Amino acid sequence: MEPINQVKSVITPLDRKNVDTDQIISKEFLKRIERTGFGRYLFYHWRFDEQGNERSDFVLNKPEYKGSQILVAQDNFGCGSSREHAPWAILDYGFRVVIAPSFADIFHNNCFKNGILPIKLTEKECDEILEKGMQSPYHVEVNLEEQTVKGLDGSIYSFSIDPYYKEMLLNGWDEISLTFQYEEHIKAYEEKRIVF
Amino acid sequence: MAKNIIEKIWDSHVVYEEPGKPDLLYIDLHLIHEVTSPQAFEGLRLAGRKVRRPDLCFATMDHNVPTKNLPTINDPIAKKQITTLAENAKEFGIQLADIGHPDQGIVHVIGPELGLTQPGKTIVCGDSHTSTHGAFGALAFGIGTSEVEHVLSTQTLWQSKPPTMEIRINGKLGVGVAAKDIILAIIAKWGIGVGTGHIVEYTGEVIRNLSMEERMTICNMSIEAGAKAGLISPDNKTVEYLRGRRFAPKDEQFEKAAEYWLSLASDAECSYDVVLEIDAEEIEPIVTWGTNPSMGTGITKNVPSVEDFETESDKAALRKALTYMGLEEGQPISSIKIQHVFIGSCTNSRLSDLRTAASIVEGKKIHPGVRGIVVPGSHSTKLLAEAEGLDKIFIEAGFEWRESGCSACLGMNEDIIPSGERCASTSNRNFEGRQGAGARTHLVSPAMAAAAAIEGHFVDARKYVKQEV
Repeated sequence: MEPINQVKSVITPLDRKNVDTDQIISKEFLKRIERTGFGRYLFYHWRFDEQGNERSDFVLNKPEYKGSQILVAQDNFGCGSSREHAPWAILDYGFRVVIAPSFADIFHNNCFKNGILPIKLTEKECDEILEKGMQSPYHVEVNLEEQTVKGLDGSIYSFSIDPYYKEMLLNGWDEISLTFQYEEHIKAYEEKRIVF
Repeated sequence: MAKNIIEKIWDSHVVYEEPGKPDLLYIDLHLIHEVTSPQAFEGLRLAGRKVRRPDLCFATMDHNVPTKNLPTINDPIAKKQITTLAENAKEFGIQLADIGHPDQGIVHVIGPELGLTQPGKTIVCGDSHTSTHGAFGALAFGIGTSEVEHVLSTQTLWQSKPPTMEIRINGKLGVGVAAKDIILAIIAKWGIGVGTGHIVEYTGEVIRNLSMEERMTICNMSIEAGAKAGLISPDNKTVEYLRGRRFAPKDEQFEKAAEYWLSLASDAECSYDVVLEIDAEEIEPIVTWGTNPSMGTGITKNVPSVEDFETESDKAALRKALTYMGLEEGQPISSIKIQHVFIGSCTNSRLSDLRTAASIVEGKKIHPGVRGIVVPGSHSTKLLAEAEGLDKIFIEAGFEWRESGCSACLGMNEDIIPSGERCASTSNRNFEGRQGAGARTHLVSPAMAAAAAIEGHFVDARKYVKQEV
């Protein structure tokens, strides 16, 4: 996967809580057997009406947010289905960072496997960023090494992240290759494992 | 030191641990289906890797299989995904219950039926409802496709040990109140994020009195409370359910296994990071009115009003949900008319669910404005139900009796609810568009779905429950 450290972009304010993975990528697009090409289906039913025309009031369709690499939302982002098609769609659309007060567990894990940085800020901080982003295009610079989100207006938000996942994202490591280095431990475990 | 079951299973599966790192956990059973696995197998092929323990994997087709006119699959993309799993299973030497195979069914229904699911196992699947297997005292959780690939290659996963949560159900459950109502009540009470980052154990007399199938319904929807997994300590019911199942240990080995399984139950003096308690007496049959599983209330209640919520964002969420659902604030739940009934899904498609629904519709006709389908959770459940004549009861009442699969729970196959129409569904998610673009889903128990099918609107199913004399 692509390493990630600094991302500088306008934020896309998605002012909703409990955004579930059914909304991120609807079930009719899960039948593909590839990992790529899901971006055009991201938030499909929020982006397009029943005739397939863009809904102009939806944030992703507003011209000021085009090219954004940072999505900001409310609590419990990515809840529901385990479908990794959700982070694939987010990444393929062009986002590298998702900021929210909290994430659903499986989605959160899935981000790290795909080079997407999920950042947890407090609800107050997210509200503040969303507010700024909805008023006028708000540019920020995310720095994973420093664990900061810096607004071009001078605001600085810092976040914490598990050092293991930080390392993986910074280096773009393939977790399976890393785990192969523990082969001896896996073998040893298999020998003493309880089996009936 | 006293331990709860979560700690016991976790600690016995740590392959490697190091401060500052997640634990490397061994996985005992990897269940696989057609939708979340193709990219994982492709990843193995591209890297020239093999499946480390094909003997610990079991695959089936469930998410997009048609439930009628088999073996024809009209959707070419779905067909491609199904044939891809068959090819992958063959190439990597994984057991597969293919379409038409007697073991085929929803992955979370067949695991227990075949005895693959056992207490103390770590079980994963690329599906968030893997928590279902927790009913047996297994540590079972859903994973993404990258993790599927990781388990295929290494039979392990890096996992940070989550905090534990006890949800204790006190008191006595009312007659005609279902396991589904318990879990929907829990989610309605504390919200869909209450379990986020936690593993839950359900405890209390009410849980002990539930059957294994009812326990599966509760654990199944742990993810709808945000929990990574939900489980129940094994007891004699667990042991007896597994006795004689195909993949369960045999004879003397079974007795040894049973002793070990029972030893996994949480110790009396154990503790949890969080404890929540709910009184069973406050639980009545629940109907969800909104667009996430916490938006539910009792059948005798009304759809909430804006005044019921404090924050602007909650008020806005209510308005948005009601607009999507086509409901009015304060409208009685019993006044909501339905056009569809779906009895099925990994939550409620087991034999006891079908029996309950059949007992309500027996000798009656479903309402003229309602279309109902019954989708057994597995091929073997279907045969057992047919042996009891349940299929005839449903068909005579006006339901369609289908082949097994996930079906209208997520509408990946042709079983889709049309836009703007309303479905009383025994499934687990009522998200926007879940059962079809614009479809309006109300989550209920099998009894509530059956009663709504007869009357054409939601009704208290307790009136249909035969009182024992």
